[in-house]
Amino acid sequence: MIKKTGTMSKQNILKILATIGLSLIALTMTLPFLWMLSASFKFEVDVFKFPVEWIPRKWNAISNYAEVWSGRYSFPLFYFNSIKVTVLTTIAQVTVSAMGAYAFSKIRFKFRDALFLIYLSMMMIPDQVTIVPKFMVFRWLKLFDTHLGLILLGSFSIYGMFLLKQYMMTIPDSLSESARIDGAGHARIFLKIMLPMTKPALVTLMMLKFVWTWNDFQNPLVFLQSEKLYTIQLGMTKFMTEYNSFYSLIMVAAVCSIIPLLIVFLIGQRYILEGMAMGAVKG
Amino acid sequence: MKVIRKQALIENVSGYLFLLPSFLGFAIFFLFPVLFSLFLSLSKWNLSAGFSDLKFVGIKNFKTILSDVWFTDSMKNSLIFTAATVIVGVSISLVLAVILNRMVFFKNTLRVMFFLPYISSAVAVAIVWSIILQPTYGPVNQFLRSLGIQNLPNWLADVHWALPALIAMYIWQNLGYNIVVFMAGLTAINSDLYEAAVIDGAGALAKFFKITVPMVSPTTFFLVIMGIINSFKVFDQVQVLTQGGPGTSTTVLALYIYREAFQFYDMGLASSAAWAMFVIIFIVTIIQWIGQKRWVTYD
Repeated sequence: MIKKTGTMSKQNILKILATIGLSLIALTMTLPFLWMLSASFKFEVDVFKFPVEWIPRKWNAISNYAEVWSGRYSFPLFYFNSIKVTVLTTIAQVTVSAMGAYAFSKIRFKFRDALFLIYLSMMMIPDQVTIVPKFMVFRWLKLFDTHLGLILLGSFSIYGMFLLKQYMMTIPDSLSESARIDGAGHARIFLKIMLPMTKPALVTLMMLKFVWTWNDFQNPLVFLQSEKLYTIQLGMTKFMTEYNSFYSLIMVAAVCSIIPLLIVFLIGQRYILEGMAMGAVKG
Repeated sequence: MKVIRKQALIENVSGYLFLLPSFLGFAIFFLFPVLFSLFLSLSKWNLSAGFSDLKFVGIKNFKTILSDVWFTDSMKNSLIFTAATVIVGVSISLVLAVILNRMVFFKNTLRVMFFLPYISSAVAVAIVWSIILQPTYGPVNQFLRSLGIQNLPNWLADVHWALPALIAMYIWQNLGYNIVVFMAGLTAINSDLYEAAVIDGAGALAKFFKITVPMVSPTTFFLVIMGIINSFKVFDQVQVLTQGGPGTSTTVLALYIYREAFQFYDMGLASSAAWAMFVIIFIVTIIQWIGQKRWVTYD
């Protein structure tokens, strides 16, 4: 009995040590973010003071944030563009993917399995292969340099459809079949039965897609040209080259660009982490 | 009979209708581009010249890129970048995941802290790092200087240090993802195995190498494959931080392709480089797939 409590406390000490060790590592993981946050609150002259003032002695937060948001720079516009593109892309992709997933998992139509195989076979091909022809397609369809183009492009993803299809397969067919016998059409079964039952997977996809679209840099870089259409990621690189001596302001922009992601992540933590663990692949 | 045929018709029609939006996207943004790109890779075509100037040249593009030092350097850098980020990133995250999984308090808080860099945008994170690594005033070099270290590297502006700095940043940013996936894999290991090992007198290291590593190997395999594919495609961080410089020290394949296509408008060459990239990813994946029998344990 005594021996047992002895080993228990030894285990606890080990656990405390491991916690301290990992907390230190985790802290270094977050140091760049803390540095960014603290720099965004400082006067420009204090940004590079050493040793680093993690909590600024002199605060300039309000004036920094006000300056970035004042409209003197196009920052508010870029921000708005990002929100617009991200929200619309997310809604469009979840809808399109859910419909496709329903067709592949619950409707028996000709060439279904062959079509699905063709979809899957494209999953390994990197974006770089398709980016040049996509650029051509964008020009032909007059989608180049429009938000609509970005949204349409983002509204389809093999990964999203695959994720939802795998989930819908776990819902027993008997449910939809009994609804069919009662005379319900596919549209009604889809809206009234499948969508509510797929909710966890829909939320996961929605969260992941939000994060990925918000963070997307390459597509806006290639498919947008006019500055007034820039998303936040493009805007920030422009910000960085144009105001490269104002690090406190650049850090304000960086903080603001990360905030929506943090909000989404904190709300949907469980869904995002589960989605990742299920074997999420960007796409 | 008639009813059944009508039923089948309805099934077919509704199937295609439900699939239509996604199929349009698939056809326009995947299927056609893939085929068109294959064709372009065998053609000589400069975008600014218009379609009349398009010429079929066979495998000439591939010969051109192979003798282009920008391409060969990009290939070399991509291989180094991929090998380093995958090997180091996966190993570190396995160790951290094992410790996080069983041996700490505040497991979830710590996991979220590790995950933070992964959900943050690559651009914002890259900008922050470029400032932190700034040679003269950046906090990293100031800190090292305060320790009395002389001749500090210029990091991103240094031919020898730019690629290692990018690699370190990329590993740092993706660590959280690897950890989350590993932790999911670890919880699936039967704890009886560890108890049996303890009875046999196995220490912590023996348990790690004899039980954890083999049992979690399907997850490791998944992360290695995905890691290779994603590291090979790296673009954002490089474009924001170094644009491939100094010299050719950080050009990677995705950057080479982007440049050929959208700065020099050489669509043929860009497409060949993109297919070369795909072929390499494909070969590496196949080798991994065949090689997995040697080290991946499935129950």
